[in-house]
Amino acid sequence: MKSIADIKAIRDKMQAQIVNRDNKDAELETRIVVGMATCGIAAGARPVFNELVDQVTSRGLTNVKVTRSGCLGMCKLEPIVEVFVPGEEKVTYVKVDAQKAKDIIARHIVGGQVCTDYLIGEE
Amino acid sequence: MREIALHILDIVENSVKAKATLVEVIIEAKNNLLTVTIRDNGKGMDKEFLARVTDPFTTTRTTRKVGMGIPLLKQAAETAGGEFTITSELGKGTEVKASFVIDNIDRMPLGNVAETAVTVLNPEVDFVWVYTVEDRTFTFDTREVKEELGDIPIDSPEIVTFLKSLLTENIESINGGINL
Repeated sequence: MKSIADIKAIRDKMQAQIVNRDNKDAELETRIVVGMATCGIAAGARPVFNELVDQVTSRGLTNVKVTRSGCLGMCKLEPIVEVFVPGEEKVTYVKVDAQKAKDIIARHIVGGQVCTDYLIGEE
Repeated sequence: MREIALHILDIVENSVKAKATLVEVIIEAKNNLLTVTIRDNGKGMDKEFLARVTDPFTTTRTTRKVGMGIPLLKQAAETAGGEFTITSELGKGTEVKASFVIDNIDRMPLGNVAETAVTVLNPEVDFVWVYTVEDRTFTFDTREVKEELGDIPIDSPEIVTFLKSLLTENIESINGGINL
């Protein structure tokens, strides 16, 4: 069974990666924000958040941060995911589920193409 | 909400918004009663606000007029033959306690506690999760994890994924085949 002591190996691996990174990386960080208020949680934001994190980990994506926010005021469109790629306009995805989260990582974050079928107005 | 673990996530988000630096989540299944306690050292509430907090038309928000999280948890507990209490002191923190009769037909499942626990990981907030089924207990303290991690943020995707599998394994072992 895994224990907290096992974290040491992961930490050592990650520290080596951090040393190799350029200091400018912080400005180049892509942020993926999941609405995690009562409305978002009830609509399925938690599995979406976890799928995004698992995809970032399994694809070994560096400089991608998955984070949470409160209610964005459009409760009926939850789960809502906002993507901030440096130098590009914010993209807001609505009614996201785990499969769409997988697609957002593959097509938008990795492939650089906005998933236009998951945007507001297309739902 | 479909799971008690989703209610826990929602209430813990309240603690984080209330500027808590330590949040304790105690989940105990014993003698046919499932009890969930969420205790924080956040900014707390005054008596007047506390008296209205289970009313869905009470919120601290200015952008909308409803606050559903606490009333929904209260309803879920009472529907399952349990009880709901909330105590709070301004400047000291808040404690939310909800109990559920385990074999009540209207009790929702406990759900994925591991996923909830990793979703709220936060470099600025410490969490202690205590998970007990009958006489078996598992404790997860993020302060111990942070000590091991040094300057690596606890919410890094690699760490979140690792901690989810750690928590899942330990919780399954504590459950001992019982499906809560």
